[in-house]
Amino acid sequence: MAERLEAKHKGGRLNARKIEIADHADPIEACFERGWSDGLPVTPPTDERVLAMLAGTTRAPDEVIGQIPPYLAPCTVEKAAINAVLAGCRPEYMPVLIAALEAALEPVFTLHGVLATTYFSSPVIIVNGPVAKRIGMNSGINALGQGNRANATIGRALNLIVRNVGGGRPGEADRATLGAPSKFTLCFAEDESDPDWEPLSVARGFAAGASTVTLFQGHGVEAFVDQKTRTPEGLSRSFGLSLVKIGHPRLVQSARAVVVLSPEHWRIYKEAGWRRKDIERALYEATIRPGAEIVAGLDGVGEGVPQARAAEPVPKFHEDGLLVVRAGGAAGLFSAVLPGWLAGRNRTELQPVTREVRP
Amino acid sequence: MTWLRDPTAETSAIKRPRTKPRASLDDLTIGLFDIGKTRSDEFLDQLEKRLAERGLKTRRYAKPTNAKVAPAAVIDQVVGEADAVVIALSD
Repeated sequence: MAERLEAKHKGGRLNARKIEIADHADPIEACFERGWSDGLPVTPPTDERVLAMLAGTTRAPDEVIGQIPPYLAPCTVEKAAINAVLAGCRPEYMPVLIAALEAALEPVFTLHGVLATTYFSSPVIIVNGPVAKRIGMNSGINALGQGNRANATIGRALNLIVRNVGGGRPGEADRATLGAPSKFTLCFAEDESDPDWEPLSVARGFAAGASTVTLFQGHGVEAFVDQKTRTPEGLSRSFGLSLVKIGHPRLVQSARAVVVLSPEHWRIYKEAGWRRKDIERALYEATIRPGAEIVAGLDGVGEGVPQARAAEPVPKFHEDGLLVVRAGGAAGLFSAVLPGWLAGRNRTELQPVTREVRP
Repeated sequence: MTWLRDPTAETSAIKRPRTKPRASLDDLTIGLFDIGKTRSDEFLDQLEKRLAERGLKTRRYAKPTNAKVAPAAVIDQVVGEADAVVIALSD
């Protein structure tokens, strides 16, 4: 009732144009027909819902957050809120969504390219800090899967903004050869429950206790299984065997990757006294191979490094190419790898971005 | 009446554009679709006669009842055979 009254009296402060839906029409079907959906049903953005969504942020509705690629249309807080309604967000998700959008619009995130690429990538959102708990995000069982409203809808809202405000639609500016289910949404929180673990946000220069979003150009999810190794050195080498396969085993210094370390794998490191930096270093070293083993043309396979690198050790990643985060349920010696966009060869032009979440 | 707020950049018209009418009906198969309402067949019979007089090719389709959407097999048949469709609504 309160929302209805507010819409009646304050609906006039919304600036987005109004679209009339006939009485006999189903508003959800009308949204589909107008191309506002990613293929799943959306919540019709009525004045009541948009006003309720705007109550989740202190930002002014007419504030422009940025220009959304591919067609560089300005996105106001109000437009973000309308798309948040479509996606199914709750108002308290708005600060995280706005921070994610701001991160995505940083030039080094190259959102235009992420959208337009023929590759599988889209924005992957990792949330750190107290906001994750406050809005009920999942960092535990099935953290990368379905079933949690915040995880599901924040990522979806960001992709809908690109679709609806930026005009980025599959088959048009979005040229993905195959795409990936993660283009609907891939958003999760890091498990920060263990004080021995340095959260991703802290590793990336933010204060402990700050709420942040980290955006990564990637897709998901590749499984990593090791149920037998019990030493940190062996486990790192085991991870390495999996990580070198990203994209193609002979492609190097191209894609970054997110390693989602499960509790049971983390325990092997933790009990041996290893911490984040030890793990990151060991994973990097575990993916360095003799150039001769991955030379282009070997065994008739065209992919590979030039013959000139045959005599040198060749790392799979740049030194900052791996982002390690903790998430997942207590049982299962499985971790996950989220491969990054191959355009990472332009290391300085293309980087993950972390941004603080503000009210 | 429901009013929604536009989530797009508002670069397209509010009203969705109608499909452009065919420049010519020559050489097309025109589907005449009986939605199952009373006397729809009379209307379509007349239409079929008029189209035939102009030398146009028609094909008749019908769904079993106007109370339900057309069965998938009927829709598939229409999509597969007809280039344009007239859906009759006549009581």
